[in-house]
Amino acid sequence: MEEFIAGWTVRHGATRDRLLPLLHAMQEEAGYIDDAWVPTIAKALNLSRADVHGVVTFYHDFRRTAPGRHVVKLCRAESCQARGGAAIEAAAAQRLGVAMGETRADGQVALEPVYCLGLCAIGPNALVDGRPVARIDAAALERIALEVAA
Amino acid sequence: MKVYVSRDMASVALGADDVARAFAEAGCDVVRTGSRGLFSIEPLVEVEMDDGRIGFGPVGPQDVAAVLDGSHASRLGRIEDLPFFAGQQRFTFARCGVIDPLSLSDYAAHGGWQGLEKARALAPQAVVDAVKASGLRGRGGAGFPTGIKWQTVLDAPSPTKFIVCNADEGDSGTFADRMLMEGDPYCLIEGMACAAHAVGASHGYIYIRSEYPFCIATMRAAIEASAHLVAPFELEVREGAGAYVCGEETALLDSIEGQRGQVRAKPPLPALQGLFGQPTVINNVLSLAAVPFILSEGPEAYAAVGFGRSRGTMPVQLAGNVKHGGLYEIGFGITLGELVNVIGGGTASGRPVRAVQVGGPLGAYFPPSMFHLPFDYEAFTQAGGLIGHAGITLFDDSVDMAHMARFAMEFCAAESCGKCTPCRIGSTRGVEIMDRIIGAREAAPTGGSEAVGGYLGKALYSRSPDRIDVSIEAQTMLLRDLADTMKYGSLCALGGFTPYPVLSALDYFPEDFGAPAPIKEAAE
Repeated sequence: MEEFIAGWTVRHGATRDRLLPLLHAMQEEAGYIDDAWVPTIAKALNLSRADVHGVVTFYHDFRRTAPGRHVVKLCRAESCQARGGAAIEAAAAQRLGVAMGETRADGQVALEPVYCLGLCAIGPNALVDGRPVARIDAAALERIALEVAA
Repeated sequence: MKVYVSRDMASVALGADDVARAFAEAGCDVVRTGSRGLFSIEPLVEVEMDDGRIGFGPVGPQDVAAVLDGSHASRLGRIEDLPFFAGQQRFTFARCGVIDPLSLSDYAAHGGWQGLEKARALAPQAVVDAVKASGLRGRGGAGFPTGIKWQTVLDAPSPTKFIVCNADEGDSGTFADRMLMEGDPYCLIEGMACAAHAVGASHGYIYIRSEYPFCIATMRAAIEASAHLVAPFELEVREGAGAYVCGEETALLDSIEGQRGQVRAKPPLPALQGLFGQPTVINNVLSLAAVPFILSEGPEAYAAVGFGRSRGTMPVQLAGNVKHGGLYEIGFGITLGELVNVIGGGTASGRPVRAVQVGGPLGAYFPPSMFHLPFDYEAFTQAGGLIGHAGITLFDDSVDMAHMARFAMEFCAAESCGKCTPCRIGSTRGVEIMDRIIGAREAAPTGGSEAVGGYLGKALYSRSPDRIDVSIEAQTMLLRDLADTMKYGSLCALGGFTPYPVLSALDYFPEDFGAPAPIKEAAE
């Protein structure tokens, strides 16, 4: 990762305001931000380790452990709730065999909460490995389950 | 044959990519547009025929032949003629769904860049005056006059100033920013360039939430393609990282600076000491995107529609359990009931509407007895609510309002930036109180005060087990007291407005909190 950080800062700069873009780039590359990389990031941007740790832990997007091979982000916000989101959430947890906010023990799939994808008239909605899916019902859930089993 | 298929995230979520592919394979010239804004007809295909662009929707990939020979059962005719569109006043969203979002020639052919041309022919003060005269108020929710904000930045003596676009549209039930950025990105760029000319800024940021990947890609491509047209003004996209509070303007500035997205105390105002300590215009997407129209058509044309002190149009978003959900741009003053029942067509489930939440997670829940309210900043404030970003989320009669009140507190607890105590601690205490109320209600559906006492009460409140009354009445009083503390003691709207959904749920739907139902007024 040290090489990646060094290369990235050469291309994009090493000022403090580059911290979020760098973290996004690292997560894109590795899937998560390992605590062990924090000192290297801090050094590269001339920040304290506490500073970097504070930012990584503040934002919901940044993961500190490796994600599942597939990630299902299911919306929990009001508009999806108004369309039966809570029942779909319970059914998804049951069908995928993983609690909301967790990665399944075999690492195959993670079920993560998201608060609004901006598709609020056609919920319940999810991002399945980044692909938007709307109007999730039992049949759609089954398709998602088969997709992430692969 | 030329066909138009939306590439909007909502359309894609409903299968528009497969539809577009099927038409391309059938030899059609497929143009990907933004969304027209009515999701019950998506995926929508428009075919260029002798009598104009004829819409068909919803259609699937198997419908290609029937659509192309015009025989498909879901033929809609010209989209502009549908009742949902005919009643709108599309000032800001005029091009959305019509043009290829990234085509510079399409944009120019549909009136693009005229506002910027007008602005550049004027002195900065004249541009600010035009925005003032239009009566435009911040569309992010606070409703602060945009022209006054710009005047402050224009008057601030500094060689470095910034334009920041708040595209962190985190409120559930809102998607207007997303639709505009995906469907007409140059409109936002033009608005920002006008602002830059007006206040003397040379660099701008668009802060987009990471939940909107399509927006981020479209805006980045649009910025690159139009760089030569807005130069020397420069723009860049900054991606959020899943923190709702970054929609608060000062938290957003901290986030761009690479810090935790924590709210700053005001003053100093961002207009004087904003991003990197410099004078900064920070406006919502819809505020900035309204500017090209105001300059090209004149501020009078914009101010001519509206209601009271709310001038111009508002892109209202109908969401949740709604039959005809989507984006409806209309002048202020239309009533809530018209929007919900006439334009939205009531619930998707066909059951009666029980509550609507206006303005996102921090907005009040209104019962149908409040549907006479005109859509206007002042009217909603007076009724104990807010317009916010103009999202309206419908709920049918299966909703449990105590659970919605609990969710509001839970959401605040999850998203609080942690800087001020009423929000950070209050929201957690609020979830606990709601759990006690729901527990007591379920133990005794009639709402007796002895429902959860003694042993369970002690277990629930172990700090002073002999003095705490866990009856519904006592906990409701505690909830009101807590809401009061949060409302007046919080640093920003997250903690300060969370009481709106909680208290409105309690006031209008007391029966869900184990209290007797309110006596219905004769007027209903």
